[in-house]
Amino acid sequence: MADVSLDQVQDHHASTVAARRHFLARFVIYGLLVIFAAIYLVPLLVVVLNSFRDQQEIARNGLISLPRSFRLEAWGQAWSTYCIGGTCEGMQRNFYNSLKMTIPATIISTAVGAMNGYILSKWLFKGSEALFTCMLLGVFIPGQISLMPWAFILGNLGLSNSVYGLVLIHVIQGISFTTLFCRNYYVSIPDDLIKAARIDGAGFWRIFRKIILPLSSPILIVTVIWQFTGIWNEYLFGVVFTSGQQQPITAALVALTASGTNVRAYDVMSAAVLIGALPPLLIYLFGGKYFVRGLTQGAIK
Amino acid sequence: MSNHDLILPTPAPARPWRERLGSAMPLLVLGPSLVASFVYVFVFTGWTLYISLSNSSLLPTYGFVGLDNYASLWANRRWNIAYNNLFLFSGFYIVGSMAVGLLLAILIDQRVRGEAVWRTIFLYPLAVSFIVTGTVWSWLYNPTDGIQAMVRALGWTNFSFALASDRHYAIYAVIITGVWQSSGFAMALFLAGLRSVDSDLVKAAQIDGASTFRIYRKVLLPTIAPIFLAVAVIQIQFAIKTFDLVAALTKGGPGISTTFPAIYVYDLMFQRGQIGEGAAAAIMMLAALAVVLVPYSFWVVWRRRKEAGHG
Repeated sequence: MADVSLDQVQDHHASTVAARRHFLARFVIYGLLVIFAAIYLVPLLVVVLNSFRDQQEIARNGLISLPRSFRLEAWGQAWSTYCIGGTCEGMQRNFYNSLKMTIPATIISTAVGAMNGYILSKWLFKGSEALFTCMLLGVFIPGQISLMPWAFILGNLGLSNSVYGLVLIHVIQGISFTTLFCRNYYVSIPDDLIKAARIDGAGFWRIFRKIILPLSSPILIVTVIWQFTGIWNEYLFGVVFTSGQQQPITAALVALTASGTNVRAYDVMSAAVLIGALPPLLIYLFGGKYFVRGLTQGAIK
Repeated sequence: MSNHDLILPTPAPARPWRERLGSAMPLLVLGPSLVASFVYVFVFTGWTLYISLSNSSLLPTYGFVGLDNYASLWANRRWNIAYNNLFLFSGFYIVGSMAVGLLLAILIDQRVRGEAVWRTIFLYPLAVSFIVTGTVWSWLYNPTDGIQAMVRALGWTNFSFALASDRHYAIYAVIITGVWQSSGFAMALFLAGLRSVDSDLVKAAQIDGASTFRIYRKVLLPTIAPIFLAVAVIQIQFAIKTFDLVAALTKGGPGISTTFPAIYVYDLMFQRGQIGEGAAAAIMMLAALAVVLVPYSFWVVWRRRKEAGHG
């Protein structure tokens, strides 16, 4: 395949060759994209379809086959009646646990991160850069390091086996991320804006309310999405510090699929998995742009 | 705080008090976070480090035993399997997800129709948890219900695909699932990088008659080289912290064949009551992260300084 560039294309024959090559290239590109899209979508499709299939039909035809039955009962069972480890209440309690954990932890850590980011970008003081670097270290500490200290602290606060204990953990752990996100965003707001406001007599809070906050919505959306999906999907702390009815949905899902009864109820388990995956998936679908922005920012900085 | 001596227009008697409070406000607000982060980063690490040097078993106790826990950790066959798995997994996972991610990024970069749709498809696994991914893939790997059963039902009756239930190959099941989950992430970073390359560079190469392939190899990819390193470092971090994926996919099995350091820590601390040795394993995880991240952050700082010097 010699290199053919457009200026060399002079006669009609050459241009049809170029057109054919162009068509072939397009065909390969779209072909590959379709193959990869199938690899990514098939697992999701399998779970969605199986949540509507009849268990006996799944057992007969396998998980990956076209549905030959349709029923909605699995969803109701997964939500409110299926038995996990002796209690037969489905996933609903764990779903609410996850909400009770994720919403406050997201709001608090984002609010604190916004304030911290504001201070660490606009109210610099001697040593503030060094302190910022220390806070950042929190991003890298693996959860396993903090397990024993948290067990001790939660025990003494009376928060072991409680959703509020998990809220505390996720707030403290999340502050490094939220501060990093907000600080890096606020740095790009011109300092002159702040200086002018200070000359006009505006103080710390007034500048935050009147100048910073109105400019913050992009970064606050990114941070909220990042925190929400991260905390909702977290497993280690949930499984270590809660049990049974206090567990968030990730821990409950593992318990559900591990409870090895004689026949694997793929229909109910598929519905349960989807219930657990739905909130972050919806957020991703509706806030995709911000989700990706958080991903790339959180990664590169 | 260089604006202290600005002449403020309000001559109220309360001013000195308010002003002092005002200037202390940033520190007052920041203070609790600083304390919390300090405790989280330094006190917690120091605490776990101390436990790792103690004779703790079921509960933390503080009898000092030096490096005994580390010695018994490294003498343990299961720990050796765990960190061998970590090396194997890290290598394949990083190379695999970067290769797939780069291919997808380049494909999408060819001015394809419906770019947003393709991106949404390749990235959605990142929104769901490793627990969900691991659970679903454990079903797909299940020989009697999953992929093997499907292919056999199509007529190829001696087709065999039982990765996850074979102790020699289960680690590859973890790798495949990990790559599936996170190559979209590599794609997003590579695509952002490709888009940020100065379009004049590309145009100049096109005028010189370079083919698309050559432009990628000679112009675009070298320009985004730092992104390769960033993606690799982030993926290594994920790999070292791998816990959820394995917990949901293979539970460390069959047997102990897919044990990872993070699984080992959890097991020792909360299943076997060997807190001291578990803490030692956690410290080893931190050490592994430090080996990767410390040189990388120095490199990043050095590069920024160099760029600032040029600019």
